[in-house]
Amino acid sequence: MSNIKQAFENGKAFIAFVTCGDPDLETTAAVVRAAVQNGADLIELGIPFSDPTAEGPVIQGANVRALNGGVTTDKIFAFVKELRRDVKVPMVFMTYANVVFSYGAERFISTCREIEIDGLILPDLPFEEKEEFQPVCRQYGVDLISLIAPTSEHRIAMIAKQAEGFLYLVSSLGVTGMRSEITTDLAGIVSVIRENSDIPCAIGFGISTPEQARKMADISDGAIVGSAIVKLLEQYGKDAPGYVGEYVKAMKSSMRKNLQIT
Amino acid sequence: MTNPNGRFGIHGGQYIPETLMNAVMELEEAYNHYKNDPEFNRELTELFNEYAGRPSRLYYAEKMTKDLGGAKIYLKREDLNHTGAHKINNVLGQALLAKKMGKTRLIAETGAGQHGVATATAAALMGMECVVFMGEEDTIRQALNVYRMRLLGAEVVPVKSGTATLKDAVSEAMREWTSRISDTHYCLGSVMGPHPFPTIVRDFQAVISKEIREQLLQKEGRLPDAVLACVGGGSNAIGSFYHFIGDEGVRLIGCEAAGRGVDTFETAATIATGKVGIFHGMKSYFCQDQYGQIAPVYSISAGLDYPGIGPEHAHLHDIGRAEYVPVTDEEAVTAFEYLAKTEGIIPAIESAHAVAHAMKLAPTMDPDQIMVITISGRGDKDCAAIARYRGEDLYE
Repeated sequence: MSNIKQAFENGKAFIAFVTCGDPDLETTAAVVRAAVQNGADLIELGIPFSDPTAEGPVIQGANVRALNGGVTTDKIFAFVKELRRDVKVPMVFMTYANVVFSYGAERFISTCREIEIDGLILPDLPFEEKEEFQPVCRQYGVDLISLIAPTSEHRIAMIAKQAEGFLYLVSSLGVTGMRSEITTDLAGIVSVIRENSDIPCAIGFGISTPEQARKMADISDGAIVGSAIVKLLEQYGKDAPGYVGEYVKAMKSSMRKNLQIT
Repeated sequence: MTNPNGRFGIHGGQYIPETLMNAVMELEEAYNHYKNDPEFNRELTELFNEYAGRPSRLYYAEKMTKDLGGAKIYLKREDLNHTGAHKINNVLGQALLAKKMGKTRLIAETGAGQHGVATATAAALMGMECVVFMGEEDTIRQALNVYRMRLLGAEVVPVKSGTATLKDAVSEAMREWTSRISDTHYCLGSVMGPHPFPTIVRDFQAVISKEIREQLLQKEGRLPDAVLACVGGGSNAIGSFYHFIGDEGVRLIGCEAAGRGVDTFETAATIATGKVGIFHGMKSYFCQDQYGQIAPVYSISAGLDYPGIGPEHAHLHDIGRAEYVPVTDEEAVTAFEYLAKTEGIIPAIESAHAVAHAMKLAPTMDPDQIMVITISGRGDKDCAAIARYRGEDLYE
């Protein structure tokens, strides 16, 4: 059992994603601290992968910048250990199955435990393949986060029943990236999740504006934002932390407002 | 060879985003239904025979046999199929299946362009929309095939991400499929990706070994001693091997693209240089670094320029049933020229990798032994690139 539920104890959670080492680890550390100081409840740290098949162009770009900067799994482990001295909110890794598999599942996941990483999000590890890492994750108390998609339909109950940490509800078809409109019947999916699980459910993919974040938080337990933050890194590079802080502040404050009165 | 979860030993599986899970399950269900449907099989056989020109010839390469002075060499002429390669076998099967499933749009990745051309062809024939993803690097290497696809009514999307080659085209096609599932079938071109693709593609390509077996029994009254085919993802190889897997006396040899050599970084020889990993929906062998980052592989052949290998090949390697050997650019180009001059057959540069290994192996075999080499495609598309390799600037 990890500390993930703490992220959902103070109202709706704002979950911020950043790719480690984009453009360098010092900037990533500053971005994480800026996000936490401005209200981020959970941090999703991306370990870059050469071929991120679930990502749109913005996060693909972050992966390229990070790998070109020479970041590796070992460097990221050392970086998180250092970050943990002052960053107390729950943190999870987001990466691809091969990054964990090639490092050795036991070695990777036991290190997560050691450096206080609370969970693992692997977009290319669906329910049917989770046995690959689930037993080791349980052994070390690292939550293997399950994803539910707009196409999950009859699979929602099955996935929700066995989910741990929080449920990652993918808002739209396609890859990560900002969208002007989210048309999936998310409230319907959330209600099926609620019938089958009492763990928190946060919505991600395509969320960039404060209004979208508020809408998503209103129907679930939180909003996950990746591409919009990474876009600030693409734009401002090492100067991005200040902009990320302001952005998180605006998103979080919008989520605190009650949607019913608008 | 497949268990219900699409495993070949430890390899295979379905390592894909949740968004695609129902799509692959729907595909598996449809395939399991139609593969035993007499009407489906009748339609497919008719397409194979009347449209693609099957059965393809099993040609006795007499001059090559005499010149190399060893095993009797037969060439399985997949290059004579409509569209010029074995790719049409799989594509006609998948397009017919997609049509039965009510899909109206085909998407595909392509390396050398042969699979893209075959998909565009099937889409034209069946009145379906078609989008082909092709690494930008490959659109330059294989400009003629880009034109052919557009001529056939397909949209060709140059992929600029990563190394801008086959693996990136696969990634981009997968991304496209996650964004549009309901009317779209991903017509995967090789025995790779998530289950059920490695099984479906193998079954449609298995017509190659089914025919080799029948044709050779008729001509020689016996099975071959060795079957050789080139391997990228491995669809023509598994098609050539499949009906011989149970015959222990038949050596199955897959020829991988070693590029500038397996001791250089410019190689695509997965079995020789890769290790087990998880990528593009499957567990198998992949060229990768110590942190699991997929390696930027290289081969002169755009169709073999892929950092992985199909999961069934990975399993055949693990259990020692098939052998996988590396063949360099230089050896393949020499074989390309050799087959042209010796037999008057210009093979695809991919297929030339198998010819190159045959040139080494045949002389070590006895004259009463038989070798079959699958010529997976024809080499017209490669002439400009090979000319450039030999220092000749050729304008198409």
